[in-house]
Amino acid sequence: MDEPLIDASHLKAYFPVKKGMFSSTKDYVKAVDDVSIQIRKGETFGLVGESGCGKTTLGRVLIHLLPPTSGTLVFMGSNLSEISKHELRMLRPHMQIVFQDPSSSLNPRMTIKQILSEPLRINKRYKGEAVTTKVLDLLKTVGLDKQHLYRFPHEFSGGQKQRIGVARALALNPDFIVLDEPTSSLDVSVQAQILNLLKDLQKQFNLTYLFITHDLSVIKFISDRVAVMYAGKIVEYANTVDLFRDPLHPYTKALLAAIPIPDPRLRSKHIPLKGEVPSLITPPAGCRFHPRCPVATEACAKIEPHMKEIYKDHFVSCF
Amino acid sequence: MLHLFRRSLLSMIGLVLILFLIIVALFAPLIASEHPSYVEVQTEQGTTRVEERWEIHFDRKLQSPSLQHLFGTDDYGRDIFSMIVYGSQTSLRICLMVVIISTLAGIILGGLAGYFGGVIDEVLMRITDVFLAIPYLILALAVAAALGRSIDHIMEAMIITWWPSYARLFRGQVLAIREQQYVEAARSVGASNSRILFRHILPNSIAPLIVEITLDLGAVLLVAAGLSFIGLGASPGTAEWGLMISEGRTLMFHAWWYVTFPGLAILFVVLGFNLLGDGLRDVTDPKLRR
Repeated sequence: MDEPLIDASHLKAYFPVKKGMFSSTKDYVKAVDDVSIQIRKGETFGLVGESGCGKTTLGRVLIHLLPPTSGTLVFMGSNLSEISKHELRMLRPHMQIVFQDPSSSLNPRMTIKQILSEPLRINKRYKGEAVTTKVLDLLKTVGLDKQHLYRFPHEFSGGQKQRIGVARALALNPDFIVLDEPTSSLDVSVQAQILNLLKDLQKQFNLTYLFITHDLSVIKFISDRVAVMYAGKIVEYANTVDLFRDPLHPYTKALLAAIPIPDPRLRSKHIPLKGEVPSLITPPAGCRFHPRCPVATEACAKIEPHMKEIYKDHFVSCF
Repeated sequence: MLHLFRRSLLSMIGLVLILFLIIVALFAPLIASEHPSYVEVQTEQGTTRVEERWEIHFDRKLQSPSLQHLFGTDDYGRDIFSMIVYGSQTSLRICLMVVIISTLAGIILGGLAGYFGGVIDEVLMRITDVFLAIPYLILALAVAAALGRSIDHIMEAMIITWWPSYARLFRGQVLAIREQQYVEAARSVGASNSRILFRHILPNSIAPLIVEITLDLGAVLLVAAGLSFIGLGASPGTAEWGLMISEGRTLMFHAWWYVTFPGLAILFVVLGFNLLGDGLRDVTDPKLRR
């Protein structure tokens, strides 16, 4: 296998919660709790989980938009928590992000030209006329053209705005792009366009993606490998094909069983999950999934399971 | 922007009133029929300062409005129309000084507090709270008692009590805008703090402040006139609308014009600022744009 582009081990991202002025103990929202993953060059790594399980936070941590509370993150051979601010700045262009909500990810008071030339100017990649040329080039890559140059974000549709968001991420020729639910606020028909665009761009520019979503059919379509996240932890990760064919973790099984089948004659074998996503401030002891798990034993409430490689490249944290 | 403004008659009236005030203030010497004469006054410290003094013509005191004296004359025979025209300079100066200095302080302190958060936010906001706790009337009284009555002292007292509300408002805006994804996007392409603050946060959080400022200009004028009315502001003899009303109030039944015209001047200017502010609020609402 190729060397990993991103090698994260034991990443944690905690956010302190104030209890009160006089309380000495602080609570933490453990949005990402001891996550270790490797992302290989050129692949699309899918990250699925329900709302509030910490998948967006993990995406932010992986490109160091949020410094992790602890753990090591190695990107293209350099340990991001050890290098200087200047070196981090030099690495920034290599990792970019496309946001979920295209309308709030574009500054409403800047024209498309200003939005797209900002990264170029900051990093002093281009000067004068070359900036305009590059911006036009970017617009063409994402399927827009020069008549859009001097318009403001609110004049575009959701899909077009998302294309602009993608163009901005591409501006600095990155190696790694975090796609944070890039299609979940779009119409189904537009979703497909953006997904195809992303696939084409990946081939064209040899990009590595982290694709965050809660939409399993999107994940199945776009990613090479998938990690399933639950309450701040990765519970299972494997090749997409393997994971969809043979899910091992009871949570993954329940998720996959919940995919609607577009055929009324086929009864879906839906596995209903009881309860709610646990609080990230006080997660359950032992396995975090045990209160909702249909096959939980007594041991599950006490001992925390560790990642095990069951088959080659198929990891699961369950007993 | 302007075409939206034109749609609303009331905001256009506001704009016209304020433009009129500015023109009158700028061209006061050309518009007024009388000029205050400037005299050098010896201060207690032995230095001299220049003060506006109106010539006294007891021969024509308390004349009712006529072609010669449009708004009549006061009990010293001064032309009220000219005093109102010169008074517009005083009013405009107070309004602009108080609001501009307060706004700058509010933007800097509120912006820093909102953007950096944490300890900086705590410290700056507690300082703001302290200033917010000072009642402007008491402070104005204290300043006038300690330093003597003057428009400058009133302005200082008002600035001290005025800026905290701007700092609060602006901090709240920055807090909201800071979490927008375009700010995060700018950070991920390597934008510096100052770039994020000036290019992304400031332009997107300034609109409510501008509206507030416009509405406040009228309020500042009212407060300043009120303070002059109760004898804390302008020293006797200067052309200041609040002071004119104060001086004319005992003669209200003999000379209605003495209090009426300065009162109308205050009314129209405050009305103008309020209408303009309302109009700006509508225009700066992004949902109304194109």
